[in-house]
Amino acid sequence: MCKQLTEKDVCEIIASHQASKEKLLSILLDIQDASGQNCIVEEWARVVSAELDLPLTKIYDVITFYEMLSEKPRGKNIIEICKSTPCHFIKGVNIVNIFEEELCIKMGETTPDNLFTLQYTSCVGACDIAPVAKIGDEVYGNLSKDKIVDIIKSYREAAICQK
Amino acid sequence: MHHVDPNVDVNLKINNIPVTVKGGTTIVEAASKVGIKIPTLCHHPDLPVRATCRICVVEVKGQKRFKTACNTMVEEGNEIYTNTKAVREARKTILELILADHPMDCLKCIRNTNCELQDLANEYNIKEIPFTPTAEVLPIEANNPSIVRDMSKCIKCGRCVEACQAVQDVYAINTANRSHEFTITTAYGKDLSESTCTYCGQCIAVCPVGALYEKDDTGRVWEALDNKELHVVVQTAPAIRVALGEAFGMDPGSVTTGKMVAALRRLGFDKVFDTNFTADLTIIEEGNELLQRITEGGTLPMMTSCSPGWINYIEKFYPELLPNVSSCKSPQQMFGALAKTFYAEKSGISAANIFSVSIMPCTAKKYECTRPEMNSSGYQDVDVVLTTRELARMIEEAGINFNNLAEEEYDAPFGLSSGAAVIFGASGGVMEAALRTVYEVVTGEVLQDVEFTAVRGYTGIREAEVDLAGTKVRIAVTSSLKNAKTLMEQIKKGESNYHFIEIMACPGGCIGGGGQPFRATAAIKANRAAGVYEIDSSQELRQSHKNPSITEIYEQFLEKPLGHKSHELLHTHYTPRKI
Repeated sequence: MCKQLTEKDVCEIIASHQASKEKLLSILLDIQDASGQNCIVEEWARVVSAELDLPLTKIYDVITFYEMLSEKPRGKNIIEICKSTPCHFIKGVNIVNIFEEELCIKMGETTPDNLFTLQYTSCVGACDIAPVAKIGDEVYGNLSKDKIVDIIKSYREAAICQK
Repeated sequence: MHHVDPNVDVNLKINNIPVTVKGGTTIVEAASKVGIKIPTLCHHPDLPVRATCRICVVEVKGQKRFKTACNTMVEEGNEIYTNTKAVREARKTILELILADHPMDCLKCIRNTNCELQDLANEYNIKEIPFTPTAEVLPIEANNPSIVRDMSKCIKCGRCVEACQAVQDVYAINTANRSHEFTITTAYGKDLSESTCTYCGQCIAVCPVGALYEKDDTGRVWEALDNKELHVVVQTAPAIRVALGEAFGMDPGSVTTGKMVAALRRLGFDKVFDTNFTADLTIIEEGNELLQRITEGGTLPMMTSCSPGWINYIEKFYPELLPNVSSCKSPQQMFGALAKTFYAEKSGISAANIFSVSIMPCTAKKYECTRPEMNSSGYQDVDVVLTTRELARMIEEAGINFNNLAEEEYDAPFGLSSGAAVIFGASGGVMEAALRTVYEVVTGEVLQDVEFTAVRGYTGIREAEVDLAGTKVRIAVTSSLKNAKTLMEQIKKGESNYHFIEIMACPGGCIGGGGQPFRATAAIKANRAAGVYEIDSSQELRQSHKNPSITEIYEQFLEKPLGHKSHELLHTHYTPRKI
């Protein structure tokens, strides 16, 4: 877990983007990265609203529109499973079931240790290796049960090393 | 090539009928010119166009895809077809898709028989829905005194969002999420009471379905009417009498004062009074307050305080400017305070047994009457506020044939009012009424022409300068909170040189209130305003200070304007509530 984000931190992030309305997405991404909860809670959205002179509902619309942003706390690693057509046809739903079983959570939920959140994403452009899941910047393709077990294990081990 | 020059004629054919319109005309507008109706749902003539519902699709010769008629401008030589098999089938599919995600519990819906979606389902002969139903039952939000949101019924047309943002600049609600999760919500799904919402109800006024409506208080009023212990009095706002008839099929702007009074008596109200009486009283108090501020160096510009949506707005958005707001209560609340004091005394009925109802064109009034400070009689001054629509529903339920009622008169002592009071119902009316009185009080001269037409109207910010015995008084009038914001920013920057500003939260003033009959447009509101001015001009008594009942109440009870009793009963204070 990162340290608790303060209003000063949020204002600094906004200032680093010249408090520019056009940089809203970058500002929100930076706040989310620094949040320790992988999300932008209302408190920080309000600061952005005041600093950029944008209505709070406009900011909320942007946060909820993009899959990469979240208004609700999420785990450290977001497992995004593609729900677009090629992955759908190659039975991407099966890999959802495997992730759910292995993590003991349902789609959209976060593991109790805050390590993983499971969610859908739109096409990530790796249809040749469907079915696909994306974790952070990594794309994992041609997924099978064994591969999924290994992937989850590797993230769990990395987390233990960091501690 | 687009001809958006409004001075250039564009010739086209719609269903083979030739029509010539100016550049920049939409297909919907051009079609209506030759009597062809193209169905619309997300489109509202007074709001920015979204073109999201697609129900208005038409075929344009030479173009592969359907065009949405609400936002497509006509072009020279267009051949447009609005009634082909392909168009009819497409529209039907669009409707079926909307209905597959709709509860379709029409019989118990507040908009039953007055719903734009229901009308279309009927027009397009929808008998069954070929798609799997996906409508979810969502919790109904009814945690505030004014507005109910039932998002299960929302068809996501976005009209409410445009009303809240483009018209009012309040941004309490917006779109959120996307695809099937696309919704209309406050930020972080909070209750309206925790948002920037002012309860103006303009979202309700434009909702085509039953997703948004006023908090229904008719049950509480029926209960009071049935309670033999209670003496139930009712007051009617100026803007009701010119709009209520619409609910019974009359033309917008029809003056129904006498029928409305008769209907209220038949519903069982013990006394039928007129908010116009306290509108006259407001003019006396507010006019004197203005003169006091001008002569004694008080905070200027002074701003009117009648519109509770506007009061909610300034408390939330510009609390630093609250000292500029007149301390006068709104006419509704002045009435409430007097009903349970002066009237209780005069009639020998204990205030505890008086139940005070008001009929308002407004949803924010429902919130206003619950403000904790609105209890100067020792009780809640106004017990229940009903909107025009709720009153219409009660009249229906009671089986009263409204259109055939013989006209009746208001009861004394709150029944007599001036023409100046009735124009409170239209934007500019409070200002005009104030000028009619203040001019004579200051100059000691008789006003030759009582009509200040420069302040009348629907749009923008109207300004005027009035010479009061050598003192030039600069005034401004506006309606809609977006226009109010412009004036507030001027004051904040020190660029405002007005003495007196009238602000109404709803476009056009109370005649366009969020509690008025559905399907109002700017044109309908103009008719309602004309009704208000018609009542004024047909009256002998047109100035508040000449109302003999007003003179009487000061002699018998209030003593003098801005006096001790007035301050106790007729004035209030405001609370900063920055969100």
